[in-house]
Amino acid sequence: MPRLLEGILEAFTLIIRLDPELIKIVFLSLRVSGAAIIISTLLGFPLGTWLGLKPEKKTALVNKVIYTLMGLPPVVAGLVIYMLLSRMGLLGVLGLLYTPVAMIIAQVTLALPIVTGLTMVGVRSRGKEVEETARSLGAGPLLSAWTVVRESRISLLGAVVTGFGRVIAEVGAVMMVGGNIEGHTRVMTTAIVLETRKGNFEYAIGLGLILLSLSFVINAFLYRVQRGGEVHL
Amino acid sequence: MPSSIVFRGGEKSIYNPAGNTAFLDLKNIVKSYDREVLNVRTLAFERGKIYGIIGPSGAGKTTLLRIINLLTEPDRGTIYFEGRPIPPNGPARLALQRQMTLVFQKPLLFSTTVRENIAYGLRTRGYSREEIKKRVSALLEQIGLPHMKERHAGTLSGGEAQRVALARAVAFKPKLLLLDEPTANLDPANVELMEKMILQLKQTMEVTIIIVTHNIFQARRLTDEAVFLYDGQVVETGETSKMFTSPRDERTQAFIEGRMIY
Ligand SMILES: Nc1ncnc2c1ncn2[C@@H]1O[C@H](COP(=O)(O)OP(=O)(O)OP(=O)(O)O)[C@@H](O)[C@H]1O
Ligand SMILES: [Mg+2]
Repeated sequence: MPRLLEGILEAFTLIIRLDPELIKIVFLSLRVSGAAIIISTLLGFPLGTWLGLKPEKKTALVNKVIYTLMGLPPVVAGLVIYMLLSRMGLLGVLGLLYTPVAMIIAQVTLALPIVTGLTMVGVRSRGKEVEETARSLGAGPLLSAWTVVRESRISLLGAVVTGFGRVIAEVGAVMMVGGNIEGHTRVMTTAIVLETRKGNFEYAIGLGLILLSLSFVINAFLYRVQRGGEVHL
Repeated sequence: MPSSIVFRGGEKSIYNPAGNTAFLDLKNIVKSYDREVLNVRTLAFERGKIYGIIGPSGAGKTTLLRIINLLTEPDRGTIYFEGRPIPPNGPARLALQRQMTLVFQKPLLFSTTVRENIAYGLRTRGYSREEIKKRVSALLEQIGLPHMKERHAGTLSGGEAQRVALARAVAFKPKLLLLDEPTANLDPANVELMEKMILQLKQTMEVTIIIVTHNIFQARRLTDEAVFLYDGQVVETGETSKMFTSPRDERTQAFIEGRMIY
């Protein structure tokens, strides 16, 4: 146990000192997962809204596919993207394996189904009614779709935050396609794995604490939004 | 001088080969889901009147309003709006849709302020900020909720919400106002208030109103003309007072006397 206490103390000093390597890792994590969630949102919002406005009967199969993908194990996503990007893969010529771009692609495959699925569910609850109300009040197709998005903003926000929470904490996919290369593709989760293996607990604990705090902030925010039922955006 | 007579109606135009000049005219409208729920051979509405569509539950009243408001596509048939057939798509259809509006049986208010709700149709039509402000204030006054401008719509009572929905619908002065059971879920005081507001509309605006109701007393209080819909078909139309005193059809009579089992 003294080992753990010692580790926590040293972790705090690392964080307070703004250890450059630690900062670098944290920022790469935020950049990779941030980019992944932005891409997933840009694709998942329209797709989820469109699906959510369709009669549930017509999208039954798509629903099942999306729900399955929402639980896609990160290592499986990693495996698929690895095979695509490896030299013999379909996209091998791009030379993306072991780059942050590969990590972003892998995380998009994890976040996109979540954003799409949760958007769809959120829109479905009252999207059709909202759309028809908007149209009846004179909105054209685009404006009524935008009104649906606005009206579902709480679920949409939840979709984004949930997706981000998933990818920032996942390790399997980024490890496989990123390779955990120091100063290049090393992110918080892969660094924790490595440092723990090496016995550098203070480093691992420091990163773990940062991840935990991030997760806390995200979930506190989500909880507040869903409790309050209203966010003025 | 004679020209004023020539245009009184009955003339044929390129839009309307049938030579029909009704404000709104439905021809051979058919709609089926798992069974046929609406089959209206012909139904005409004149400008400026209040119409009541009555009939038992499931008769197709809501379906009819939704078809008129272009929310539901009929399987067959044509709607003539001011003499012109409504095109199946395109900007002309949207332009026509913008001349009418439907207040739903259970109206949905957007989750924002009362003010923004009432302003919605004005914004979609590009009204200026001052005009929007002016109209919203005037409407809030009319519906007796001037102090609720900034209230969140989600906090309104059922009656208040219904009034806001009506204000939102008339803000942009539609030519045709469709009301689906506007008072079905209200207490007597609110029913009276809503009815007063509807009658006031007729005096203050050039609007044709079609009200769906299963309450024959309400139809009597509010409407000039009545349409009795039964099992998707128009059984009887005519002046409301006449229909209620001397219905021509046995089914109408049964409904009015409360003998209709549904
Ligand atoms: N989207 C739909 N899918 C299948 N059936 C429908 C649909 N919409 C309406 N129907 C059916 O069409 C018939 C007419 O429905 P409609 O809502 O027009 O009745 P209504 O006269 O408004 O009844 P109420 O007074 O109960 O509101 C009903 O049998 C209803 O179940
Ligand atoms: Mg109905």
